[in-house]
Amino acid sequence: MQLTVNGEPVQLSDIGTVGELLDYFRVTHQAVAVMANGEIVAREAFRSFPIKPGDSVEIIRFVGGG
Amino acid sequence: MTMGFSDLPELTIGSYRLRSRLFVGTGKYDTLEVMQEALVASGTDLVTVALRRVNLNNPQEPTILDAIPQGCTILPNTAGCHTAEEAVQVAHLARASGIGDLIKLEVIGDQQLLWPDPIETLEATRRLVQDGFTVMVYTSPDPILADYLQKAGAHAIMPLGSPIGSGQGVLDVSQIQWIKARVSVPVVVDAGIGSPADAAMAMEAGADAVLVNTAIAQSRDPVVMARAMQAAVVAGYWGRMAGRMPKRPQAVPSSPVSGVPHVSA
Repeated sequence: MQLTVNGEPVQLSDIGTVGELLDYFRVTHQAVAVMANGEIVAREAFRSFPIKPGDSVEIIRFVGGG
Repeated sequence: MTMGFSDLPELTIGSYRLRSRLFVGTGKYDTLEVMQEALVASGTDLVTVALRRVNLNNPQEPTILDAIPQGCTILPNTAGCHTAEEAVQVAHLARASGIGDLIKLEVIGDQQLLWPDPIETLEATRRLVQDGFTVMVYTSPDPILADYLQKAGAHAIMPLGSPIGSGQGVLDVSQIQWIKARVSVPVVVDAGIGSPADAAMAMEAGADAVLVNTAIAQSRDPVVMARAMQAAVVAGYWGRMAGRMPKRPQAVPSSPVSGVPHVSA
């Protein structure tokens, strides 16, 4: 299915949840935040929050800043 | 127990109690190792970070949180936001990551000056306070706006000394004094501090704390500069507490004027 992840179009299969998407990109579930179609996904919901074709997902982490 | 010179009274922001009155940013260090050493040397216990997209081509790159010394409270910022709506979203993202409810609210209205947008900042403050955040607000050094921000529930007012990253110091110290006289929440001079002298001056003017990033990160020796900044904050704090002498227009002798010996031939 077609998704937009961090602004990039990606073609993926076998991804059903936010948790599986993070695993696919090998992003640790710790200290990241996820927004799907403008909705913030609670950490506890990563494993259950559904991903559908056409979704736009932002995967965010902390970086240096002032 | 006697208090050492460098132990300052705790500063309370919302429900957070802070030992150090030097807050330190984590941007622009050459390496995470230097940053970590500088943070330790600074003695800080409040450290700012930003939120950005994960690099999906290198998701394993070391996270900044691992390099921040234990015991430091993390203060995420909303840098890069230009509207209240964006800033509120970013604050919620930060909280969703599980590091707490502190937020440094930063809503920029001018890209060249990185000057805060007062209207959007006030609106975002109201909303974030309502949503249960502990809100530390980056603001232009305007005493009236500071009062509005406090009324909106801001937990700390953070006036800029001069534009972010400019190192120009505190351009108008009286603005800090005016703000300090009008709000009861802590006042933190944020942005523009370029040297220890600037930090000391801000503290002497009445700031409860200062936030420093570039002046440490981009100095020739960030670890030594971090230490110097801490010493400056302490000196400025006690200098204020001690009460400086009044300025006078002319000289007043320090030595007795009578009894000067006649030694001329």
